[in-house]
Amino acid sequence: MSEDQELVRQGDVDTAPVQIGERRGMFGATKGADTTGYGGLQAPILFPGAAERPYGSYFDAIVDTLAAALDRADNGTAKGSGSSGAAYAAAVERVVVDRGELTLFVRREHLPAVARALRDDPALRFEMCLSVSGVHYPQEAGRELHAVYHLTSLTHGGRRLRLEVTAPEGDAHIPSVVATWPGADWHERETWDMFGIIFDGHPSLTRILMPDDWPGHPQRKDYPLGGIPVEYKGGTVPPPDQRRAYN
Amino acid sequence: MGLEEKLPAGFALTTLEAVVGYMRKASIWPATFGLACCAIEMMAVGTPDYDIARFGMERFSATPRQADLMIVAGRVSQKMAPIVRQVYDQMANPKWVIAMGVCASSGGMFNNYAVVQGVDHIVPVDIYLPGCPPRPEMLLNAIITLHDKIQHAKLGVNRIEAARAAEAAALAATPTSLMAPTHEHHAPLSATPGRSLLA
Repeated sequence: MSEDQELVRQGDVDTAPVQIGERRGMFGATKGADTTGYGGLQAPILFPGAAERPYGSYFDAIVDTLAAALDRADNGTAKGSGSSGAAYAAAVERVVVDRGELTLFVRREHLPAVARALRDDPALRFEMCLSVSGVHYPQEAGRELHAVYHLTSLTHGGRRLRLEVTAPEGDAHIPSVVATWPGADWHERETWDMFGIIFDGHPSLTRILMPDDWPGHPQRKDYPLGGIPVEYKGGTVPPPDQRRAYN
Repeated sequence: MGLEEKLPAGFALTTLEAVVGYMRKASIWPATFGLACCAIEMMAVGTPDYDIARFGMERFSATPRQADLMIVAGRVSQKMAPIVRQVYDQMANPKWVIAMGVCASSGGMFNNYAVVQGVDHIVPVDIYLPGCPPRPEMLLNAIITLHDKIQHAKLGVNRIEAARAAEAAALAATPTSLMAPTHEHHAPLSATPGRSLLA
């Protein structure tokens, strides 16, 4: 185990929580229409920082095995070029352990290799991709769109692992994992439909929830809610997204 | 007076419209068609508790070709809209539509891009039934109201005239927002009639 840990070269990891925004008020109401009593609430929105060794639980074993598997795959394609841990360091940009769950932030160009290693290595065997979800962080310049993969290993007693892959809004391309997990087909179509992430290599990336001719991707934060004014006797109330300033 | 007195006993005179309406209202087959939670209440109406069989309607038609009544039970998403319209188009005339619940009537709580704001945007509606969801008794009341409407429906030239009169009445009606308010609005919500209540 200690030898495996040596394989993974640990750079300086920033373990401080990452602030991605600030919450003001319960619903961000600024025009005095907030009746919740939380109008003065002011709190930073914090995401967990990178984790330090040891990660705890089975997480160290997973990361070490993945590093070794990636090295083997790397050496297999270009003989002798890969040094120990280099392929892992190139593929995984950040490891986060939060609330007893392991998340690997994978650089998108390395996703197919990582997925294949996670599925095929006997000590990993993540046979199931439970879901492919999308997230939109408009404030994160250069990495606005995230795709999140939840994996489960049946062989190893239900071990769980989460992969997170980012893409900029202007170039929303992420390699498809359908070749590795065929069940991800419809999940990727949904993520394309809702967030506009283009999964390169998907067999038929078409809309799955919205009508085929629908413009835009509704789950993006900047997508308007729509709706019509509501009429009451004596006046009208504007549609929901025009009633208050959401920030 | 008139013809009745000269007829032997056992005859009753009426209008063709009344006879046709009487026959039509007693033989309505609803389409098997539910969209959301309102459909659960619609199914409850089919159970012995509420017993839609009393109106001869327990046979929900599995094909729109043999259905006369479409009960739009639930919110209609933009993607579902062409399908709802196709079901309506496949039904043979005469046919009627009940918009069951607020979502089918006006979009209800789903005031957003994904849901049609009232099924009357895509099919003509005869009865609007409020409620979220309406109780089975309310659906029965809507059906009885529809029966009354069918009984008094006009035929031929009278039908065209009735449609014209209904359209003229709808055009002349006061918009809801211009009607007098029913109560004093809370201070930040108060507005002059026709204006935004939140401005």
